Amino acid sequence: MAMTQRRPRTRREAQRAQGPFGRVQRLVDELDDRVGIAKGGRVFLDKIFPDHWSFMLGEIALYSFVVLLATGVFLTLYYVPSATIVVYHGVYKPLDGQKMSEAYRSSITLSFSVRAGLLMRQMHHWAADIFIGSIVVHMARIFFTGAFRKPRELNWTIGIALLSLAILNGFLGYSLPDDLISGTGIRIAYSILLSIPFVGSYLGSFLFGGAYPGTVILERFYIIHVLILPLVIMGLIGAHLGLLVRQKHTQFPGRGRTEDNVVGSPMYPTFMAKTTGFLLMVTGITGALGGWAQINPIWQFGPYQPPKISYAVQPDWYMGFLDGALRIMPSWEWTAWGHTIPWEVVLPALVFPGLVFTLCGAWPGLERKFTKDYALHNLLDRPRDRPKRTAAGAAMLSLLFTVFAASSTDVLASYFNVSLNSVLWFFRIAVILVPIVTGLITWRICIELQHLPGAVQRKRAMVVSRTADGEYVAVQAAPRPGDVHVELAPEPVPVRIDLEPEPAATVVTPEPGIRRVSR
Amino acid sequence: MTPEDSLGAGDPGALATDGHAAGDGERPTGVLPVASMDDPHLQDAARYPRRVEGIVALFFVLGILGVCAFGAAYVENADTQVLAASLAVGLFCLGFGLTAWGKYLMPQGPFVEARHPLASSKRDREAMAAALVERTGVVVKRRKMLGGLLATGMGIFGIVAVFPLLRSLGPKPGSSLFRTNWKKGSLLVDATGKPVHRTDMQVGGLLTVFPKGTETTATKEAVDQTVLVRVQSTPLVTMKGRTDWAPDGYVAYSKVCTHLGCPVGLYEQELELLVCPCHQSMFNVRDGAFPQFGPAPRPLPQLPIYFDGTGYLRARAGYDQPVGPGFWERTTQGNGKASAT
Repeated sequence: MAMTQRRPRTRREAQRAQGPFGRVQRLVDELDDRVGIAKGGRVFLDKIFPDHWSFMLGEIALYSFVVLLATGVFLTLYYVPSATIVVYHGVYKPLDGQKMSEAYRSSITLSFSVRAGLLMRQMHHWAADIFIGSIVVHMARIFFTGAFRKPRELNWTIGIALLSLAILNGFLGYSLPDDLISGTGIRIAYSILLSIPFVGSYLGSFLFGGAYPGTVILERFYIIHVLILPLVIMGLIGAHLGLLVRQKHTQFPGRGRTEDNVVGSPMYPTFMAKTTGFLLMVTGITGALGGWAQINPIWQFGPYQPPKISYAVQPDWYMGFLDGALRIMPSWEWTAWGHTIPWEVVLPALVFPGLVFTLCGAWPGLERKFTKDYALHNLLDRPRDRPKRTAAGAAMLSLLFTVFAASSTDVLASYFNVSLNSVLWFFRIAVILVPIVTGLITWRICIELQHLPGAVQRKRAMVVSRTADGEYVAVQAAPRPGDVHVELAPEPVPVRIDLEPEPAATVVTPEPGIRRVSR
Repeated sequence: MTPEDSLGAGDPGALATDGHAAGDGERPTGVLPVASMDDPHLQDAARYPRRVEGIVALFFVLGILGVCAFGAAYVENADTQVLAASLAVGLFCLGFGLTAWGKYLMPQGPFVEARHPLASSKRDREAMAAALVERTGVVVKRRKMLGGLLATGMGIFGIVAVFPLLRSLGPKPGSSLFRTNWKKGSLLVDATGKPVHRTDMQVGGLLTVFPKGTETTATKEAVDQTVLVRVQSTPLVTMKGRTDWAPDGYVAYSKVCTHLGCPVGLYEQELELLVCPCHQSMFNVRDGAFPQFGPAPRPLPQLPIYFDGTGYLRARAGYDQPVGPGFWERTTQGNGKASAT
């Protein structure tokens, strides 16, 4: 809005013209004249965030990504992505005089000779593990509460893309130090590339710039790890949050909460204070882990040399499900007509994760199709009220966990002093049985919980008192507000949806239980 | 809306997001009611805000001390643990204080915000679809030739652009996956370049060997690595057709696992099994390294070796098949099964 009144003559007059909010008003005016921020800005400051502990899981992911960026920038200043062979003469004496790649030497040097270098490296590694872990738990929350339903299917898909990119970038990142374990990981990744029918050998040769390991792979992993994938991930996080603001949060049913409103605390100052505090706490905890919980001690593994390997080789936890799948797969290589398809690699390392991610990505569409529920949903489900979905999610998680556990067959066999063969067959059977049993049990528990008396009520305290005769009596304490949440009762899945014409956007007085969607 | 509206009241108050709720004549206000007596978790804080203020202040002071200690620890080049502890205490306490401030001393509501429907009117939707369809019609239907030419040009560019992007990355695989640097007469040397004499190893001993004369680069070591095991003291025939391949019980196999290419670096002496630590494939050294267990699909290729005139081990020939994991162009199952019968 252009200011058209006459120019003020004195300073005091100018101040008076600014109104009661002084310089802040002036800043707002100047900005608003140019970019028009006042109306949208006010709405943004008033944006309502519903409160629930499980809504913080995504924040953990976001803030560990912030930690990753900050510590990662520090690491790039010292890490050298080079396969050139050098001889180490540094402060870490056990490696003195050993031949190693410049990448490994620079990783050792930044761990031992750069101030706070080890802290930053270990914080970076911890933050990566926390990042992916919190994404998984966040997605489980989204799944089990049905937050992925229309209109949020796209954001669910973006989340799946983010998870897969985070796993990929985690792998690239822990490959960079060129220690004995990470080098073995790169070798396995190369062999998986080779296994792809028709084009495998070409992909391998192109990515590695010739035969394995060549001299360029670390440089290529480096630029992908520090530039390309972080940019893509940042872009997707931007889209993820942008959609979240546009579509607004989901919320659990409860007093005054309807499909047409959001109930909670405002962006400024409440949510901003709480979430900034949470960022600081996540960073602080990552710092504590980075200094007190050793992770990836590359100096103990030694430099990578292709003929060398150590015992109990395991990847970081988020790659464990692939490693476990590779371990329990029978050797089913096909050779015919002068060609080979190594199914024992293709199936567990490519087809299996492909199916898992595709199924997760397709779930909102599948659920829409099978339940014929095409309505917009802003209120969350309780997992027990959707037994089939909850059972499917539990089955998938248990499948992934079983395959993950199978990545430690050798350690389990050694720890429990049983034969490796028994452990292997245990997992081959468990990987089929565990998801089925878990799914059925979960489904049954959901049904039972639905029929539990008082299931949607908060537990009331019992007051135990002693009478004059010495008799003890337990009496229920007086009810507190919110003890009975009638709105928590599940909503039936609609049969037919008619979208009524939407009225003009105004602030609507909340009417509990009324939904704009009729059926 | 006044603070009393939400204090103890059952219904959440509506938040004035624009001029409508505040009324046109009034001055806009941004003040929000602070505490809610409604939530049992917040009742204490609402009644005694000074207490909460004290706790928040305490955490802020601890946080200030922590970040100061972090700075001091950095200047003093203290241990990683000291750096981490001071950083963690500093940031966690500042964060905890700020979160508590936000949770107990800032406007908590519950406030209500209406969801403005995302969907546009039916008319708007139709207008957009119409614009897309009708304007595309101008391009596609009326100027078919122009559209076709442009699409052809862009399509060709899309395809040819892929070639330099991919093709410049590295050479074609060619025969690189089929070859190692072992050839007839190659002298077996260990990692330090020392040749292996027939008296060098005891029964049960194990050594990783390479062909002499090739410079040692990681890329060559990766394919040439061969594991030499002395299984017994008399000549060993691992299978039919390999009569002179293992003199004095010295037997040599490719060290590259046929599953995923890890070095088969463990040797279980009692059972005479080579074990891959990655996915636990096990290969029996006596029977041509057939996989006894695990996901490996093929035996490890065997290198035929002999003693030269001075008693040093040499290769009789190179490997008779590609070493390592399977790939599309690999032609046969390997010599193992074919010559075993």
